[in-house]
Amino acid sequence: MHFTINGQSYDVEPDIRTSVLDLCREHLGLTGSKKGCDHGQCGACTVLINGRRVNSCLTLAVMHQDDEITTIEGIGQPGNLHALQEAFVRHDGYQCGYCTPGQICSAVGMLDEVKKGWASHASGDLTDPKFDDAEISERMSGNLCRCAAYPNIVDAIREVGGAEPAGRTADEKDAAMEANARGELVA
Amino acid sequence: MKTFTYEKAATPEAAVKDIDTSGAKFIAGGTNLLDLMKLQVETPDKLVDISRLDLAKIEEREDGGLTIGALVPNSDLAADRRVVAKYEVLSRALLAGASGQLRNKATTGGNLLQRTRCYYFYDTAAACNKREPGSGCSAIGGFNRILAVLGTSEHCIATHPSDMAVAMRALDATIVTLKADGDRRRISIHDFYRLPGDTPQIENALEAGELITHIELPAPPKGKQEYRKVRDRASYAFALVSVAAVVDVQNGVIASASLAFGGLGPMPWRNPAVEAALVGKAPSDAVFEAAATALLADAKGYGSNDFKIPLARRTLIATLRNVTGA
Ligand SMILES: Cc1cc2nc3c(=O)[nH]c(=O)nc-3n(C[C@H](O)[C@H](O)[C@H](O)COP(=O)(O)OP(=O)(O)OC[C@H]3O[C@@H](n4cnc5c(N)ncnc54)[C@H](O)[C@@H]3O)c2cc1C
Ligand code: SF4
Ligand code: FES
Ligand code: FES
Repeated sequence: MHFTINGQSYDVEPDIRTSVLDLCREHLGLTGSKKGCDHGQCGACTVLINGRRVNSCLTLAVMHQDDEITTIEGIGQPGNLHALQEAFVRHDGYQCGYCTPGQICSAVGMLDEVKKGWASHASGDLTDPKFDDAEISERMSGNLCRCAAYPNIVDAIREVGGAEPAGRTADEKDAAMEANARGELVA
Repeated sequence: MKTFTYEKAATPEAAVKDIDTSGAKFIAGGTNLLDLMKLQVETPDKLVDISRLDLAKIEEREDGGLTIGALVPNSDLAADRRVVAKYEVLSRALLAGASGQLRNKATTGGNLLQRTRCYYFYDTAAACNKREPGSGCSAIGGFNRILAVLGTSEHCIATHPSDMAVAMRALDATIVTLKADGDRRRISIHDFYRLPGDTPQIENALEAGELITHIELPAPPKGKQEYRKVRDRASYAFALVSVAAVVDVQNGVIASASLAFGGLGPMPWRNPAVEAALVGKAPSDAVFEAAATALLADAKGYGSNDFKIPLARRTLIATLRNVTGA
């Protein structure tokens, strides 16, 4: 089988059952993409296929031989970070970092969806979606973070995506962080 | 996962010919099928890849309706400006389902055919008549909080989990198929899904190897549209109860109403008695209560899902207040 990943060509013969995620991690040494659940429920495996974000655990490699696959390794490299990677560092958008490659690939795809004018469940008017913190949370809901770094992830994405800030004070932010740690959904 | 052979179909005609064993299955987005294959709930011996068929377009018809290719991704369907403008309930239902990543991969045809999220259906160690006909139903008397209160049988109480299909049912969609012998069929969504009865493994009217090629929506209905979904968390969760509503009020009277429900039954649920309780009446809470009573007349809880009955009542009434402005 032939694959194009991060602009590079690969010829490998993985088992027919291999997912795009296992292809990258187990066959090509591209271990940036993470396996959280292997069932489409966590987003840790998010990659871009032809520019669109998808769960690489729920798609067969054999079905994507003619596509452009981009993993976190292709988004940016040490010394050449993507704006979102820099923003995640600046805003401390993680704790353990396990969900981060998926968060960043997802955010890259998501910001492109916003640019295309796609609305979300959080949009009041589907023809004119505003881009604010509620939108970021809704659009990123396919990426879970076990460490509950959500407030800082939203900050990082807001900065790069140019969303309107929620105007949260430092105290409110701490409260949101604690609520998230208790498992409550707070933007 | 059990291994399988793989064939990529170039045309719909080739795809239906490629289904040449009883264990062969189509794969589109793969977001439901692969999930179930990993758990060996589904064990196809052959996958026919239909993901690259030329069935990913949305086209306007002369009668004012839309023809949606079976492979149109859920994201693209939700974002299509014609759908947003004229079938908002469909956009809203799609956007309320799954996640951005999943919607990018999930297809219109695959979404209609996604299987139940009943815990025991997923657990190959448990008895489940849908997965293993005749083995029993672990959900009756077990954990059934997410399962059905309408249309159930003593053999299965599963729900159909789709949001999109609920909107499609409110919009009177038609499913267009291609059969292995080359015949085409048009099946109303009202005749497409099956009640479990004593054969819960049979979920719809498709024959073996029959391919969904398109879904047709009739010309946009009159009235206000809304999709309201109640779930355990604010996003990325299946519906406990959902309502797709298209209601037209003229001169203070409900001129037409189309209501379909998710999370309540083994199929996207629609009951003409609900609409009959509304049409011709001035919107009021008493009228909405009567509609809810019509919907839930035969509802039966199984213990931990009893709460769905009052929840459905309240969700319907809230939706009706909103779409009628009453
Ligand atoms: C974590 C998670 C959360 C989710 N949340 C929601 C939610 O909130 N709401 C919701 O509605 N859905 C939800 N989904 C389900 C998702 O919408 C479905 O998995 C998806 O729509 C299936 O489409 P697909 O193209 O990937 O189907 P596939 O997995 O490719 O196929 C599903 C089935 O349909 C058959 N099939 C596919 N296309 C055709 C065709 N054209 N003709 C004949 N047979 C065909 C296949 O053989 C298979 O049996 C969720 C899924 C996951 C994993
Ligand atoms: S409700 Fe249906 S799917 Fe669930 S265990 Fe019973 S038979 Fe199986
Ligand atoms: S590993 Fe793919 S979604 Fe969790
Ligand atoms: S940073 Fe640990 S899971 Fe997100």
